[in-house]
Amino acid sequence: MDNNRSPLGPSVLRLREAEPADLAAVVDLDRRLTGTVKTAYWQTTLERHAGGPPEHCFLVAGDADASFVGFAIGEVRAWEFGSPPVGWVFAIQVDPDRRLVGAGTALFEGLCARFRAAGVDRVRTMVDRKDHLILSFFRSQGMMAGPSIELEMTLDAAIDGGAR
Amino acid sequence: MKLQMASRLGLYAVLELARDPARRLSAADLASRFGVSTNHLAKVLRELGRAGLVTAERGATGGYRFVGNARRTTLMDVLSLFEEEPGARAADPGDATDIGLALGRVLTEIDEIAEATLRSITLETLLRLVPKRPAGAR
Repeated sequence: MDNNRSPLGPSVLRLREAEPADLAAVVDLDRRLTGTVKTAYWQTTLERHAGGPPEHCFLVAGDADASFVGFAIGEVRAWEFGSPPVGWVFAIQVDPDRRLVGAGTALFEGLCARFRAAGVDRVRTMVDRKDHLILSFFRSQGMMAGPSIELEMTLDAAIDGGAR
Repeated sequence: MKLQMASRLGLYAVLELARDPARRLSAADLASRFGVSTNHLAKVLRELGRAGLVTAERGATGGYRFVGNARRTTLMDVLSLFEEEPGARAADPGDATDIGLALGRVLTEIDEIAEATLRSITLETLLRLVPKRPAGAR
């Protein structure tokens, strides 16, 4: 199977590695989805992941009408609390006007293929529990709750409650 | 997490019908599959019908059929027909005390995790977890 091709066929949707020239499109899509412009962050992320070692992956999806409809970023990490290496998905965004045609699935499957090629057998991500849209997307890909629970607190709480 | 009987039957029935939307099953057939009375299941099917998830067709080949959108209907959509959604409970005595407020934070955490799970799994996603039936099995 050619993992660069979407279920809809190669003429409809294709995946490619991100390039420095994608920066403007990435920043613009993220701005549309989050309302925040993070040019420096995305430039650093592109430099780190695009064309980097095989453990890092920055994919772009395009279709017949546009060379850029979305992107996904992942990397193989081994440092989380003694866990074995797993593939982490830490960004996946698709143009809202071009959803429901398989771009997100193609990007996710593309990352999974890269992770398999890098030698890991598990993919993981972290999602806001109130973001039911992206939760539904990852669920539809077959993801289930993992063994870890994320915990956090404000640092004020640490000061108030730490000496018990 | 313990679901009320009506919720479990609602989920069973809607998923059984959604796995093959062209198929019609009678209330008696569904009830025998789940080991409950037809009368009990009929109430659940009426509720699913009112929600637009199933429809009843009369006649020799009649029965219940799934008519909802399996890609858009979540487990929470079905559960909320039969019981309160997580976090929707009325205030209990002691809730406003300092201990009640602290306990409430923990219970809210549990509710939010349950809600996230139930709202993010569609009928279609759940049916992908069900092992495929052999060809010809009912």
